[in-house]
Amino acid sequence: MAEPLVSVRGLKVALPDMTRKPLIGRAPMVEILKGLDFDLPRGSVTGIVGESGSGKSTLGRALVRLLEPSAGSITFDGRDITHLPEAELRPLRRNLQMIFQDPMSSLNPRRTIFSIIAAPLRQNGLGDNLKARVAEALQRVGLPQSFASRYRHQLSGGQRQRVGIARALALSPKFVLADEIVSGLDVSTQAQILTLLEKLAAEMGLTIAFISHDLSVIRRLCRQVIVMREGVIVEASATDALFANPRQAYTRDLLAAIPLPEIDDGWLLPAAKAPA
Amino acid sequence: MSVAVKPCLDIRSLSAVLANGQRVLRSVSLSVQPGEVRALVGESGAGKTMIGKAVLGVLPPSVRIVEGDMLLEGENLGRLQPKARRTLIGARTALIPQDPLTALNPSRRIGPQMTDRLVRILGWSGQRADVRIRQLLDEVQIRDPDRVLKCYPHELSGGMRQRVLIAAAFAAEPRLIVADEPTTALDVTVQKQILRLIAQLQREHGTAILFVTHDLGVVAKISQKVSVLYAGKVVEEAETAALFAAPQHLYTRALMAATPRYTDPFASLKPVDDAVLAGLASEIAAADQAWRRPHG
Repeated sequence: MAEPLVSVRGLKVALPDMTRKPLIGRAPMVEILKGLDFDLPRGSVTGIVGESGSGKSTLGRALVRLLEPSAGSITFDGRDITHLPEAELRPLRRNLQMIFQDPMSSLNPRRTIFSIIAAPLRQNGLGDNLKARVAEALQRVGLPQSFASRYRHQLSGGQRQRVGIARALALSPKFVLADEIVSGLDVSTQAQILTLLEKLAAEMGLTIAFISHDLSVIRRLCRQVIVMREGVIVEASATDALFANPRQAYTRDLLAAIPLPEIDDGWLLPAAKAPA
Repeated sequence: MSVAVKPCLDIRSLSAVLANGQRVLRSVSLSVQPGEVRALVGESGAGKTMIGKAVLGVLPPSVRIVEGDMLLEGENLGRLQPKARRTLIGARTALIPQDPLTALNPSRRIGPQMTDRLVRILGWSGQRADVRIRQLLDEVQIRDPDRVLKCYPHELSGGMRQRVLIAAAFAAEPRLIVADEPTTALDVTVQKQILRLIAQLQREHGTAILFVTHDLGVVAKISQKVSVLYAGKVVEEAETAALFAAPQHLYTRALMAATPRYTDPFASLKPVDDAVLAGLASEIAAADQAWRRPHG
């Protein structure tokens, strides 16, 4: 497909460094993202992988414009959204949806599942026929209709994450940011959620930025991968190519550090060259 | 596997219940031989952390042990007076916790926190404790002990904090260490370094480890024996190599198929089949029924 949904050029994001904030006055700024260039092709899942402090979550927040970049540009669906004020972003928000890591803290404890899924529909002028729309959203993520009247504490972790997905997809958005959405889940639940997301992405033709620290999960779900470290892109390529032939030493280190569920007596032996 | 050696830890048919009578540990039996790493693997709610807590005598008040024995180097913990039990557990065991930040006191420097246990519980002199702690910091490859000992916990990275706690755990030469998800909160590259350190110290000190984890990948790398838990019941127990070569229980197989593997993306990450879960539910129900008959 010709034009990518999202185009990022020279993206820099700086945030106040609260650890160095003086008692009075502003905290000094620290650059988290140090000039990123990449595209997110339409209708495909792009994995963003990195360790803590790599800037992957900051990048996600900039992509959906929860943060304003300090330099560079973000083009979404042909429109420059880099510095759009919130009022002008609002009509775009229905196409910039998010699924969070921890649905326990991202679902309102005092609202029913119905009202949680209905909220974005109402806000975007789709308040007619709410019952049918919420029913459809629940069905899409494999939850029984009876869950509409429940509260978040009455659901398991996997069910809560399904609600998070249902809410994000209720508006049939063009773009979905999924930030570590299976990190806190048991492996069996993780497999269910990924299978579901995989199916929905294909059915709905979603463009997804899938942030994860787990290369095994990315391998399964994503068509291309961006490897980040300390605010820069280390390597970006098609998933198959990256795993067949990782070009950067850092990518190879990341892969070698994953404990695969198989016996390998040499894995724990000290490396020939000690890691930094 | 007929060994004459006395196990370091021997848990026999341990059952525990909540206040409402629900069984949370279901006749758990397992042993850890001296110098051996036994992994306890399972998903959340499997009871793996609870077994570790039972061994260390730190179960929450809501959980009551109703049956079974725990023998630490042949001493039956249940038969000891509380004070004698605490002294024995304090002298012979140690814990490597999941989250070093909550395990450390945020308002005290690392040094006194590490020596405290040796001085207060084991009665060492401050100087002896200090020498020992520096020796262990060297073993966990902390090259600037003076700086680290003066730090507050928040001034260290997650990996450094975990190194400090590993050093503290090995310092008193415990016979048994309970490691409760010690690498879960760490990045993969740091996790590998930490697992490597634990394995190395474990070998050199000949310490037995009860290693609690949810990650079959970690099980494969660190342990010699493994118990697979579901709902407080050991559903399979094996030598680690044998478990990965030929898992017997359907749940173990399902867990393996669900575990992500980048080398084989489409044969992994398989959701657990409903039939497997139904089978487990009836296995648990049958076990509970059989157990309740003599226990009223």
